[in-house]
Amino acid sequence: MSGYVSRFERRQGTVEPLGEQGRTVSAAATEAVSIELRRVEQSFGQNRVLRGIDLDVPAGQFLAIVGKSGCGKSTLLRLLVGLDRPAAGSLRFADRSGNTVEANARIVFQEPRLLPWARVVDNVAVGLGQVIDKDTARVKALMALDDVQLTDKADQWPARLSGGQRQRVALARSLVSRPGLLVFDEPLGALDALTRITMQELVSRVWRELGFTAVLVTHDVSEAVHLADRVIVLDGGKVALDLEIPTEHPRRHGDPDLAVVERRLLDAILG
Amino acid sequence: MTAYDVASDRPRQRRSWVLPALPARRIRLEWLLPYAVPIVLVLVWQLFSSLGWISTRIMPAPTDVAAAFVEQLLSGALLHNVAVSGARALAGLIVGGTIGLLLGITNGVSKLSEQLTDTSLQMLRTIPHLAMIPLVILWFGIGEESKLFLTSLGVLFPVYLNTFHGVRNVDRELIEMGRIYGMSGWTLFRKVILPGALPSIFVGLRYALGIMWLTLIVSESIAASSGIGHMANQAREFMMTDVVVLSLLIYAALGKLADVIARALERNALSWNPVYQK
Repeated sequence: MSGYVSRFERRQGTVEPLGEQGRTVSAAATEAVSIELRRVEQSFGQNRVLRGIDLDVPAGQFLAIVGKSGCGKSTLLRLLVGLDRPAAGSLRFADRSGNTVEANARIVFQEPRLLPWARVVDNVAVGLGQVIDKDTARVKALMALDDVQLTDKADQWPARLSGGQRQRVALARSLVSRPGLLVFDEPLGALDALTRITMQELVSRVWRELGFTAVLVTHDVSEAVHLADRVIVLDGGKVALDLEIPTEHPRRHGDPDLAVVERRLLDAILG
Repeated sequence: MTAYDVASDRPRQRRSWVLPALPARRIRLEWLLPYAVPIVLVLVWQLFSSLGWISTRIMPAPTDVAAAFVEQLLSGALLHNVAVSGARALAGLIVGGTIGLLLGITNGVSKLSEQLTDTSLQMLRTIPHLAMIPLVILWFGIGEESKLFLTSLGVLFPVYLNTFHGVRNVDRELIEMGRIYGMSGWTLFRKVILPGALPSIFVGLRYALGIMWLTLIVSESIAASSGIGHMANQAREFMMTDVVVLSLLIYAALGKLADVIARALERNALSWNPVYQK
Protein backbone atom coordinates (compact mmCIF):
# COMPACT_ATOMS: atom_id res chain seq x y z
CA MET A 1 0.00 0.00 0.00
CA SER A 2 3.02 2.31 -0.31
CA GLY A 3 2.28 5.59 -2.00
CA TYR A 4 -1.38 5.15 -1.32
CA VAL A 5 -2.93 8.00 0.57
CA SER A 6 -6.09 7.25 2.49
CA ARG A 7 -8.96 9.66 2.33
CA PHE A 8 -8.76 10.07 6.07
CA GLU A 9 -5.15 11.27 5.94
CA ARG A 10 -5.99 13.72 3.18
CA ARG A 11 -8.87 15.19 5.11
CA GLN A 12 -6.72 15.57 8.17
CA GLY A 13 -4.15 17.38 6.09
CA THR A 14 -1.33 15.08 7.16
CA VAL A 15 -0.46 14.44 3.54
CA GLU A 16 -0.24 17.20 0.98
CA PRO A 17 -2.77 16.46 -1.75
CA LEU A 18 -1.45 16.40 -5.30
CA GLY A 19 -3.49 19.21 -6.82
CA GLU A 20 -3.68 20.25 -10.47
CA GLN A 21 -0.47 22.23 -9.99
CA GLY A 22 1.38 19.70 -7.89
CA ARG A 23 1.15 16.93 -10.43
CA THR A 24 4.29 14.87 -10.78
CA VAL A 25 5.02 13.59 -14.23
CA SER A 26 7.22 10.51 -14.26
CA ALA A 27 10.26 10.73 -16.50
CA ALA A 28 9.09 7.78 -18.57
CA ALA A 29 5.70 9.33 -19.29
CA THR A 30 4.70 10.14 -22.83
CA GLU A 31 3.61 13.74 -23.06
CA ALA A 32 -0.12 14.24 -22.71
CA VAL A 33 -1.89 15.19 -25.92
CA SER A 34 -4.59 17.72 -26.56
CA ILE A 35 -7.59 16.75 -28.69
CA GLU A 36 -9.25 18.92 -31.30
CA LEU A 37 -12.50 17.83 -32.95
CA ARG A 38 -13.99 19.95 -35.71
CA ARG A 39 -17.52 19.29 -37.04
CA VAL A 40 -17.05 15.58 -36.55
CA GLU A 41 -19.90 13.50 -37.97
CA GLN A 42 -20.49 9.79 -37.98
CA SER A 43 -23.39 7.81 -39.33
CA PHE A 44 -24.29 4.18 -39.67
CA GLY A 45 -26.55 3.81 -42.71
CA GLN A 46 -29.40 6.30 -42.32
CA ASN A 47 -28.67 6.77 -38.64
CA ARG A 48 -26.65 9.94 -37.99
CA VAL A 49 -25.04 9.17 -34.67
CA LEU A 50 -22.76 12.21 -34.36
CA ARG A 51 -24.04 15.47 -35.85
CA GLY A 52 -21.17 17.90 -35.88
CA ILE A 53 -19.12 17.73 -32.70
CA ASP A 54 -16.75 20.61 -31.95
CA LEU A 55 -14.56 19.92 -28.97
CA ASP A 56 -11.21 21.03 -27.62
CA VAL A 57 -9.64 19.02 -24.83
CA PRO A 58 -6.45 20.55 -23.40
CA ALA A 59 -3.53 18.25 -22.69
CA GLY A 60 -3.79 16.62 -19.29
CA GLN A 61 -7.47 17.33 -18.79
CA PHE A 62 -9.80 14.73 -17.36
CA LEU A 63 -12.92 14.90 -19.52
CA ALA A 64 -16.07 12.89 -18.88
CA ILE A 65 -18.65 12.25 -21.55
CA VAL A 66 -22.08 11.37 -20.24
CA GLY A 67 -25.44 10.81 -21.85
CA LYS A 68 -28.25 8.36 -22.33
CA SER A 69 -27.81 5.09 -24.17
CA GLY A 70 -27.55 5.72 -27.89
CA CYS A 71 -26.45 9.34 -27.51
CA GLY A 72 -23.29 8.61 -29.49
CA LYS A 73 -20.75 8.44 -26.67
CA SER A 74 -19.41 5.00 -27.60
CA THR A 75 -19.14 6.10 -31.23
CA LEU A 76 -17.14 9.13 -30.18
CA LEU A 77 -14.91 6.92 -28.06
CA ARG A 78 -14.18 4.61 -31.00
CA LEU A 79 -13.11 7.66 -33.03
CA LEU A 80 -10.79 8.86 -30.27
CA VAL A 81 -8.90 5.58 -30.00
CA GLY A 82 -8.75 5.16 -33.76
CA LEU A 83 -11.00 2.12 -34.02
CA ASP A 84 -13.13 4.01 -36.58
CA ARG A 85 -12.64 7.03 -38.81
CA PRO A 86 -15.13 9.92 -38.83
CA ALA A 87 -17.48 10.17 -41.82
CA ALA A 88 -16.89 13.94 -41.91
CA GLY A 89 -14.94 16.55 -39.99
CA SER A 90 -11.47 16.39 -38.53
CA LEU A 91 -9.79 14.92 -35.49
CA ARG A 92 -6.36 16.09 -34.40
CA PHE A 93 -4.02 15.35 -31.51
CA ALA A 94 -1.31 17.79 -30.53
CA ASP A 95 1.47 17.97 -27.94
CA ARG A 96 1.83 20.87 -25.52
CA SER A 97 3.69 23.00 -28.08
CA GLY A 98 0.90 22.51 -30.61
CA ASN A 99 2.56 20.07 -32.99
CA THR A 100 0.29 17.39 -34.43
CA VAL A 101 1.23 14.00 -32.98
CA GLU A 102 0.10 10.40 -32.85
CA ALA A 103 -2.13 10.02 -29.81
CA ASN A 104 -0.69 6.72 -28.49
CA ALA A 105 -4.20 6.23 -27.14
CA ARG A 106 -5.08 3.35 -24.85
CA ILE A 107 -8.46 2.10 -23.77
CA VAL A 108 -9.81 0.52 -20.59
CA PHE A 109 -12.96 -1.47 -21.32
CA GLN A 110 -15.89 -2.23 -19.08
CA GLU A 111 -14.67 -5.82 -18.87
CA PRO A 112 -10.98 -6.37 -18.05
CA ARG A 113 -10.46 -8.50 -21.19
CA LEU A 114 -7.40 -10.24 -19.77
CA LEU A 115 -5.93 -13.27 -21.50
CA PRO A 116 -6.85 -16.11 -19.12
CA TRP A 117 -3.86 -18.17 -20.30
CA ALA A 118 -1.27 -15.47 -19.57
CA ARG A 119 -0.01 -14.61 -16.09
CA VAL A 120 -0.82 -11.17 -14.72
CA VAL A 121 2.59 -9.71 -15.58
CA ASP A 122 2.38 -11.05 -19.16
CA ASN A 123 -1.10 -9.61 -19.52
CA VAL A 124 0.28 -6.23 -18.56
CA ALA A 125 3.15 -6.65 -21.03
CA VAL A 126 0.56 -7.03 -23.82
CA GLY A 127 0.09 -3.29 -23.42
CA LEU A 128 3.64 -2.66 -24.59
CA GLY A 129 2.54 -3.62 -28.09
CA GLN A 130 5.79 -3.74 -30.01
CA VAL A 131 8.20 -6.60 -29.55
CA ILE A 132 10.88 -5.83 -27.00
CA ASP A 133 13.09 -8.22 -25.07
CA LYS A 134 11.46 -10.22 -22.32
CA ASP A 135 13.40 -8.82 -19.38
CA THR A 136 12.69 -5.19 -20.27
CA ALA A 137 9.04 -6.07 -20.84
CA ARG A 138 8.83 -7.69 -17.42
CA VAL A 139 10.47 -4.76 -15.68
CA LYS A 140 8.11 -2.30 -17.34
CA ALA A 141 5.10 -4.49 -16.61
CA LEU A 142 6.11 -4.75 -12.95
CA MET A 143 6.43 -0.97 -12.79
CA ALA A 144 2.91 -0.60 -14.17
CA LEU A 145 1.66 -3.19 -11.68
CA ASP A 146 3.25 -1.11 -8.96
CA ASP A 147 1.15 1.86 -10.15
CA VAL A 148 -1.97 -0.16 -9.35
CA GLN A 149 -0.48 -1.87 -6.25
CA LEU A 150 -0.63 -5.38 -7.61
CA THR A 151 3.04 -6.39 -7.83
CA ASP A 152 2.38 -9.26 -5.41
CA LYS A 153 -0.02 -10.83 -7.93
CA ALA A 154 2.41 -10.60 -10.87
CA ASP A 155 2.74 -14.34 -11.38
CA GLN A 156 -0.86 -15.31 -10.70
CA TRP A 157 -3.37 -16.47 -13.28
CA PRO A 158 -6.14 -13.90 -13.90
CA ALA A 159 -8.75 -16.50 -12.86
CA ARG A 160 -7.42 -16.25 -9.30
CA LEU A 161 -8.07 -12.50 -9.01
CA SER A 162 -11.18 -10.67 -7.84
CA GLY A 163 -13.17 -8.48 -10.23
CA GLY A 164 -11.58 -5.30 -8.92
CA GLN A 165 -8.07 -6.75 -9.13
CA ARG A 166 -8.66 -7.83 -12.73
CA GLN A 167 -9.75 -4.33 -13.63
CA ARG A 168 -6.60 -2.99 -11.96
CA VAL A 169 -4.52 -5.33 -14.13
CA ALA A 170 -6.39 -3.99 -17.17
CA LEU A 171 -5.55 -0.46 -16.00
CA ALA A 172 -1.88 -1.42 -15.60
CA ARG A 173 -1.92 -2.88 -19.12
CA SER A 174 -3.14 0.43 -20.51
CA LEU A 175 -0.62 2.40 -18.43
CA VAL A 176 2.45 0.33 -19.23
CA SER A 177 3.15 2.12 -22.51
CA ARG A 178 2.74 5.48 -20.74
CA PRO A 179 -0.02 6.70 -23.08
CA GLY A 180 -0.63 10.35 -23.94
CA LEU A 181 -4.36 9.68 -23.97
CA LEU A 182 -6.27 7.13 -21.93
CA VAL A 183 -9.91 6.44 -22.71
CA PHE A 184 -12.15 4.71 -20.18
CA ASP A 185 -15.25 2.99 -21.51
CA GLU A 186 -17.56 2.47 -18.51
CA PRO A 187 -14.52 1.02 -16.73
CA LEU A 188 -16.16 0.42 -13.38
CA GLY A 189 -19.64 -0.52 -14.53
CA ALA A 190 -19.24 -4.19 -13.67
CA LEU A 191 -17.86 -3.70 -10.16
CA ASP A 192 -19.63 -3.63 -6.82
CA ALA A 193 -20.23 -0.28 -5.11
CA LEU A 194 -17.32 -0.39 -2.64
CA THR A 195 -14.80 -1.65 -5.19
CA ARG A 196 -15.96 1.14 -7.50
CA ILE A 197 -15.05 3.75 -4.93
CA THR A 198 -11.57 2.26 -4.41
CA MET A 199 -11.09 2.07 -8.18
CA GLN A 200 -12.20 5.67 -8.67
CA GLU A 201 -9.59 6.80 -6.18
CA LEU A 202 -7.00 4.71 -7.97
CA VAL A 203 -7.89 6.09 -11.41
CA SER A 204 -7.81 9.62 -10.02
CA ARG A 205 -4.45 9.09 -8.33
CA VAL A 206 -2.83 7.46 -11.36
CA TRP A 207 -4.08 10.28 -13.58
CA ARG A 208 -2.67 12.92 -11.21
CA GLU A 209 0.68 11.14 -11.02
CA LEU A 210 1.18 10.31 -14.69
CA GLY A 211 -0.47 13.35 -16.23
CA PHE A 212 -2.04 11.81 -19.33
CA THR A 213 -5.16 13.23 -20.96
CA ALA A 214 -8.14 11.17 -19.80
CA VAL A 215 -11.53 10.69 -21.41
CA LEU A 216 -14.13 8.84 -19.41
CA VAL A 217 -17.27 7.60 -21.11
CA THR A 218 -19.95 6.70 -18.60
CA HIS A 219 -23.62 6.92 -17.80
CA ASP A 220 -22.84 7.23 -14.11
CA VAL A 221 -23.06 10.99 -13.53
CA SER A 222 -21.78 10.79 -9.98
CA GLU A 223 -18.66 8.97 -11.16
CA ALA A 224 -18.11 11.58 -13.88
CA VAL A 225 -18.45 14.40 -11.37
CA HIS A 226 -16.12 12.71 -8.92
CA LEU A 227 -13.31 12.16 -11.41
CA ALA A 228 -13.45 14.78 -14.15
CA ASP A 229 -12.29 18.38 -14.57
CA ARG A 230 -14.98 18.86 -17.13
CA VAL A 231 -18.14 17.00 -18.10
CA ILE A 232 -19.92 17.17 -21.44
CA VAL A 233 -23.42 15.86 -22.00
CA LEU A 234 -24.11 14.32 -25.39
CA ASP A 235 -27.65 14.32 -26.66
CA GLY A 236 -28.81 13.38 -30.14
CA GLY A 237 -25.25 13.36 -31.44
CA LYS A 238 -24.47 16.91 -30.25
CA VAL A 239 -22.85 18.48 -27.21
CA ALA A 240 -25.85 19.55 -25.12
CA LEU A 241 -23.93 20.83 -22.10
CA ASP A 242 -20.28 21.57 -21.38
CA LEU A 243 -19.46 22.05 -17.73
CA GLU A 244 -16.15 22.75 -15.96
CA ILE A 245 -15.81 21.34 -12.45
CA PRO A 246 -13.21 23.48 -10.65
CA THR A 247 -13.21 21.48 -7.38
CA GLU A 248 -9.70 20.39 -6.41
CA HIS A 249 -8.54 16.78 -6.70
CA PRO A 250 -8.65 14.47 -4.85
CA ARG A 251 -12.35 14.81 -4.20
CA ARG A 252 -14.44 13.43 -1.41
CA HIS A 253 -17.53 11.37 -1.99
CA GLY A 254 -20.56 13.24 -0.72
CA ASP A 255 -19.11 16.74 -1.26
CA PRO A 256 -22.14 19.13 -1.35
CA ASP A 257 -20.64 21.27 -4.16
CA LEU A 258 -20.29 18.21 -6.33
CA ALA A 259 -23.85 17.17 -5.49
CA VAL A 260 -25.10 20.47 -6.95
CA VAL A 261 -23.15 19.86 -10.18
CA GLU A 262 -24.45 16.33 -10.32
CA ARG A 263 -28.06 17.55 -9.99
CA ARG A 264 -27.52 20.02 -12.82
CA LEU A 265 -26.09 17.37 -15.10
CA LEU A 266 -28.89 14.92 -14.35
CA ASP A 267 -31.46 17.60 -15.15
CA ALA A 268 -29.72 18.26 -18.46
CA ILE A 269 -29.62 14.56 -19.35
CA LEU A 270 -33.10 13.60 -18.25
CA GLY A 271 -34.57 16.84 -19.62
CA MET B 1 -7.26 -37.96 15.74
CA THR B 2 -3.74 -37.93 14.32
CA ALA B 3 -5.18 -37.97 10.81
CA TYR B 4 -6.95 -34.69 11.47
CA ASP B 5 -3.81 -33.18 13.00
CA VAL B 6 -1.91 -33.92 9.81
CA ALA B 7 -4.68 -32.34 7.78
CA SER B 8 -4.79 -29.18 9.84
CA ASP B 9 -1.01 -28.80 9.97
CA ARG B 10 -0.64 -28.78 6.22
CA PRO B 11 -4.05 -27.98 4.81
CA ARG B 12 -2.88 -26.19 1.66
CA GLN B 13 -0.67 -28.84 0.10
CA ARG B 14 -3.42 -31.16 -0.94
CA ARG B 15 -6.35 -28.83 -1.14
CA SER B 16 -8.25 -29.24 -4.39
CA TRP B 17 -11.06 -27.10 -5.75
CA VAL B 18 -13.56 -29.89 -5.51
CA LEU B 19 -12.65 -31.83 -2.42
CA PRO B 20 -11.58 -30.55 0.96
CA ALA B 21 -8.13 -31.58 2.16
CA LEU B 22 -7.99 -35.26 2.95
CA PRO B 23 -5.67 -37.07 5.32
CA ALA B 24 -2.99 -39.23 3.71
CA ARG B 25 -4.67 -42.55 4.47
CA ARG B 26 -7.85 -41.62 2.62
CA ILE B 27 -6.02 -40.30 -0.44
CA ARG B 28 -4.82 -43.86 -1.12
CA LEU B 29 -8.40 -45.07 -1.04
CA GLU B 30 -9.42 -42.40 -3.54
CA TRP B 31 -6.85 -43.69 -6.00
CA LEU B 32 -7.91 -47.30 -5.58
CA LEU B 33 -11.63 -46.70 -5.79
CA PRO B 34 -11.90 -46.49 -9.63
CA TYR B 35 -10.24 -49.92 -9.89
CA ALA B 36 -12.42 -51.63 -7.28
CA VAL B 37 -15.11 -52.67 -9.76
CA PRO B 38 -12.73 -54.25 -12.33
CA ILE B 39 -10.82 -56.05 -9.54
CA VAL B 40 -14.01 -57.51 -8.04
CA LEU B 41 -15.20 -58.57 -11.51
CA VAL B 42 -11.94 -60.41 -12.20
CA LEU B 43 -12.12 -62.16 -8.82
CA VAL B 44 -15.71 -63.31 -9.46
CA TRP B 45 -14.73 -64.39 -12.98
CA GLN B 46 -11.84 -66.44 -11.57
CA LEU B 47 -14.08 -67.99 -8.94
CA PHE B 48 -16.73 -69.05 -11.47
CA SER B 49 -14.09 -70.47 -13.82
CA SER B 50 -12.45 -72.47 -11.00
CA LEU B 51 -15.85 -73.85 -10.01
CA GLY B 52 -16.35 -74.93 -13.62
CA TRP B 53 -19.45 -72.75 -14.11
CA ILE B 54 -17.97 -71.07 -17.20
CA SER B 55 -16.72 -73.16 -20.13
CA THR B 56 -13.10 -72.32 -20.98
CA ARG B 57 -14.09 -72.36 -24.67
CA ILE B 58 -16.44 -69.45 -24.03
CA MET B 59 -14.34 -67.59 -21.50
CA PRO B 60 -10.92 -68.64 -20.22
CA ALA B 61 -10.09 -68.12 -16.55
CA PRO B 62 -8.04 -65.03 -15.64
CA THR B 63 -5.17 -67.35 -14.74
CA ASP B 64 -5.27 -68.82 -18.27
CA VAL B 65 -5.18 -65.32 -19.73
CA ALA B 66 -2.26 -64.50 -17.46
CA ALA B 67 -0.48 -67.65 -18.63
CA ALA B 68 -1.13 -66.66 -22.27
CA PHE B 69 0.27 -63.22 -21.46
CA VAL B 70 3.50 -64.69 -20.07
CA GLU B 71 3.81 -67.10 -22.98
CA GLN B 72 3.28 -64.38 -25.60
CA LEU B 73 5.62 -62.08 -23.76
CA LEU B 74 8.42 -64.66 -23.60
CA SER B 75 8.09 -65.59 -27.26
CA GLY B 76 8.48 -61.91 -28.13
CA ALA B 77 5.32 -61.97 -30.26
CA LEU B 78 3.41 -59.74 -27.83
CA LEU B 79 5.94 -56.92 -27.70
CA HIS B 80 6.34 -57.06 -31.47
CA ASN B 81 2.58 -56.82 -32.04
CA VAL B 82 2.11 -54.06 -29.47
CA ALA B 83 4.95 -52.09 -31.04
CA VAL B 84 3.49 -52.53 -34.53
CA SER B 85 -0.02 -51.51 -33.44
CA GLY B 86 1.28 -48.62 -31.37
CA ALA B 87 3.34 -47.28 -34.27
CA ARG B 88 0.33 -47.53 -36.59
CA ALA B 89 -1.89 -45.73 -34.12
CA LEU B 90 0.67 -42.97 -33.62
CA ALA B 91 1.26 -42.54 -37.36
CA GLY B 92 -2.49 -42.32 -38.01
CA LEU B 93 -2.92 -39.84 -35.19
CA ILE B 94 -0.08 -37.65 -36.41
CA VAL B 95 -1.16 -37.63 -40.06
CA GLY B 96 -4.92 -37.35 -39.48
CA GLY B 97 -4.55 -35.07 -36.48
CA THR B 98 -2.25 -32.65 -38.31
CA ILE B 99 -4.56 -32.46 -41.32
CA GLY B 100 -7.59 -31.98 -39.08
CA LEU B 101 -5.84 -29.34 -36.99
CA LEU B 102 -4.63 -27.36 -40.00
CA LEU B 103 -8.02 -27.53 -41.73
CA GLY B 104 -9.80 -26.54 -38.52
CA ILE B 105 -7.52 -23.56 -37.96
CA THR B 106 -7.64 -22.42 -41.59
CA ASN B 107 -11.42 -22.69 -41.81
CA GLY B 108 -11.83 -21.10 -38.40
CA VAL B 109 -9.75 -18.08 -39.37
CA SER B 110 -10.71 -17.70 -43.04
CA LYS B 111 -14.29 -17.38 -44.19
CA LEU B 112 -13.25 -18.06 -47.79
CA SER B 113 -11.53 -21.31 -46.89
CA GLU B 114 -14.54 -22.37 -44.83
CA GLN B 115 -16.93 -21.75 -47.71
CA LEU B 116 -14.63 -23.61 -50.03
CA THR B 117 -14.02 -26.76 -48.00
CA ASP B 118 -16.42 -27.10 -45.08
CA THR B 119 -19.37 -28.54 -47.02
CA SER B 120 -17.16 -31.15 -48.67
CA LEU B 121 -15.65 -32.13 -45.33
CA GLN B 122 -19.08 -32.44 -43.74
CA MET B 123 -20.18 -34.70 -46.62
CA LEU B 124 -17.11 -36.89 -46.24
CA ARG B 125 -17.67 -37.02 -42.51
CA THR B 126 -21.09 -38.58 -42.88
CA ILE B 127 -19.61 -41.63 -44.65
CA PRO B 128 -18.71 -44.20 -41.97
CA HIS B 129 -15.01 -44.49 -42.64
CA LEU B 130 -14.98 -48.22 -41.88
CA ALA B 131 -17.37 -48.69 -44.81
CA MET B 132 -14.42 -47.79 -47.01
CA ILE B 133 -12.44 -50.89 -46.01
CA PRO B 134 -13.26 -52.84 -49.22
CA LEU B 135 -12.22 -49.89 -51.34
CA VAL B 136 -9.10 -49.29 -49.27
CA ILE B 137 -8.05 -52.92 -49.65
CA LEU B 138 -8.51 -52.61 -53.41
CA TRP B 139 -6.36 -49.47 -53.39
CA PHE B 140 -3.61 -50.37 -50.96
CA GLY B 141 -3.90 -54.13 -50.35
CA ILE B 142 -3.33 -55.15 -46.75
CA GLY B 143 -0.09 -53.19 -46.34
CA GLU B 144 0.62 -50.38 -43.92
CA GLU B 145 -0.94 -47.79 -46.21
CA SER B 146 -4.46 -49.13 -45.73
CA LYS B 147 -4.21 -48.92 -41.93
CA LEU B 148 -2.61 -45.47 -42.05
CA PHE B 149 -5.28 -44.22 -44.44
CA LEU B 150 -8.19 -45.50 -42.36
CA THR B 151 -6.86 -44.34 -38.98
CA SER B 152 -5.95 -40.91 -40.37
CA LEU B 153 -9.40 -40.56 -41.88
CA GLY B 154 -11.07 -41.58 -38.62
CA VAL B 155 -8.94 -39.20 -36.53
CA LEU B 156 -9.26 -36.27 -38.92
CA PHE B 157 -12.91 -35.37 -38.39
CA PRO B 158 -13.15 -35.08 -34.59
CA VAL B 159 -9.94 -33.03 -34.56
CA TYR B 160 -11.19 -30.86 -37.43
CA LEU B 161 -14.64 -30.23 -35.96
CA ASN B 162 -13.40 -29.36 -32.49
CA THR B 163 -10.52 -27.19 -33.69
CA PHE B 164 -12.87 -25.29 -36.00
CA HIS B 165 -15.39 -24.87 -33.22
CA GLY B 166 -12.65 -23.76 -30.80
CA VAL B 167 -11.17 -21.17 -33.14
CA ARG B 168 -14.60 -19.79 -34.00
CA ASN B 169 -15.57 -19.45 -30.38
CA VAL B 170 -12.54 -17.54 -29.14
CA ASP B 171 -13.83 -14.53 -27.22
CA ARG B 172 -14.41 -11.70 -29.77
CA GLU B 173 -13.63 -9.13 -27.11
CA LEU B 174 -10.19 -10.61 -26.51
CA ILE B 175 -9.46 -10.52 -30.24
CA GLU B 176 -10.57 -6.88 -30.37
CA MET B 177 -8.38 -6.13 -27.36
CA GLY B 178 -5.43 -7.80 -29.10
CA ARG B 179 -5.96 -5.73 -32.24
CA ILE B 180 -6.16 -2.50 -30.25
CA TYR B 181 -2.83 -3.38 -28.66
CA GLY B 182 -1.29 -3.83 -32.07
CA MET B 183 -1.42 -7.62 -32.46
CA SER B 184 -2.10 -9.00 -35.88
CA GLY B 185 -1.50 -12.07 -37.99
CA TRP B 186 0.81 -14.60 -36.39
CA THR B 187 1.13 -12.80 -33.04
CA LEU B 188 -2.63 -12.56 -32.64
CA PHE B 189 -2.95 -16.22 -33.54
CA ARG B 190 -0.22 -17.38 -31.20
CA LYS B 191 -1.19 -15.24 -28.21
CA VAL B 192 -4.97 -15.14 -28.44
CA ILE B 193 -6.61 -17.47 -30.96
CA LEU B 194 -4.64 -20.70 -30.43
CA PRO B 195 -4.66 -20.65 -26.60
CA GLY B 196 -8.35 -19.77 -26.73
CA ALA B 197 -9.10 -22.74 -28.97
CA LEU B 198 -6.90 -25.17 -27.05
CA PRO B 199 -9.52 -26.54 -24.61
CA SER B 200 -11.71 -27.45 -27.54
CA ILE B 201 -8.78 -28.94 -29.47
CA PHE B 202 -8.07 -31.23 -26.52
CA VAL B 203 -11.67 -32.44 -26.51
CA GLY B 204 -11.18 -33.29 -30.18
CA LEU B 205 -7.91 -35.08 -29.44
CA ARG B 206 -9.40 -37.28 -26.74
CA TYR B 207 -12.36 -38.13 -28.93
CA ALA B 208 -9.97 -38.89 -31.79
CA LEU B 209 -7.99 -41.31 -29.61
CA GLY B 210 -11.09 -43.48 -29.17
CA ILE B 211 -11.75 -43.54 -32.91
CA MET B 212 -8.07 -44.20 -33.55
CA TRP B 213 -8.08 -47.48 -31.57
CA LEU B 214 -11.45 -48.54 -32.95
CA THR B 215 -10.32 -48.07 -36.54
CA LEU B 216 -7.05 -49.82 -35.91
CA ILE B 217 -8.67 -52.85 -34.27
CA VAL B 218 -11.13 -53.30 -37.11
CA SER B 219 -8.64 -52.80 -39.89
CA GLU B 220 -6.06 -55.06 -38.22
CA SER B 221 -8.64 -57.81 -37.79
CA ILE B 222 -9.65 -57.67 -41.43
CA ALA B 223 -6.53 -56.80 -43.31
CA ALA B 224 -3.19 -57.26 -41.56
CA SER B 225 -0.35 -59.68 -41.08
CA SER B 226 0.81 -58.28 -37.75
CA GLY B 227 -0.45 -56.22 -34.83
CA ILE B 228 -2.76 -57.01 -31.94
CA GLY B 229 -5.85 -57.24 -34.14
CA HIS B 230 -4.07 -59.80 -36.28
CA MET B 231 -2.95 -61.68 -33.17
CA ALA B 232 -6.56 -61.90 -31.95
CA ASN B 233 -7.86 -62.93 -35.33
CA GLN B 234 -5.24 -65.65 -35.72
CA ALA B 235 -5.96 -66.95 -32.21
CA ARG B 236 -9.63 -67.22 -33.15
CA GLU B 237 -8.74 -69.59 -36.02
CA PHE B 238 -6.88 -71.85 -33.59
CA MET B 239 -9.64 -71.57 -30.93
CA MET B 240 -7.16 -69.94 -28.51
CA THR B 241 -9.78 -68.04 -26.47
CA ASP B 242 -7.18 -66.97 -23.90
CA VAL B 243 -5.14 -65.07 -26.51
CA VAL B 244 -8.30 -63.44 -27.89
CA VAL B 245 -9.21 -62.19 -24.43
CA LEU B 246 -5.62 -61.13 -23.84
CA SER B 247 -5.75 -59.01 -27.03
CA LEU B 248 -8.90 -57.30 -25.82
CA LEU B 249 -7.29 -56.52 -22.47
CA ILE B 250 -4.24 -55.08 -24.20
CA TYR B 251 -6.46 -52.82 -26.29
CA ALA B 252 -8.15 -51.66 -23.10
CA ALA B 253 -4.76 -50.97 -21.49
CA LEU B 254 -3.45 -49.10 -24.54
CA GLY B 255 -6.64 -47.06 -24.78
CA LYS B 256 -6.40 -46.11 -21.13
CA LEU B 257 -2.72 -45.25 -21.51
CA ALA B 258 -3.44 -42.95 -24.45
CA ASP B 259 -6.17 -41.21 -22.49
CA VAL B 260 -3.91 -40.76 -19.47
CA ILE B 261 -1.23 -39.16 -21.66
CA ALA B 262 -3.81 -36.88 -23.29
CA ARG B 263 -5.17 -35.87 -19.91
CA ALA B 264 -1.69 -35.08 -18.62
CA LEU B 265 -0.98 -32.95 -21.70
CA GLU B 266 -4.30 -31.21 -21.23
CA ARG B 267 -3.67 -30.53 -17.56
CA ASN B 268 -0.27 -29.15 -18.38
CA ALA B 269 -1.33 -26.97 -21.30
CA LEU B 270 -4.45 -25.64 -19.63
CA SER B 271 -2.99 -25.00 -16.19
CA TRP B 272 -4.33 -21.43 -16.39
CA ASN B 273 -7.87 -22.76 -16.32
CA PRO B 274 -9.36 -22.95 -12.79
CA VAL B 275 -10.82 -26.38 -13.70
CA TYR B 276 -7.29 -27.80 -13.91
CA GLN B 277 -5.75 -25.97 -10.97
CA LYS B 278 -4.90 -27.95 -7.88
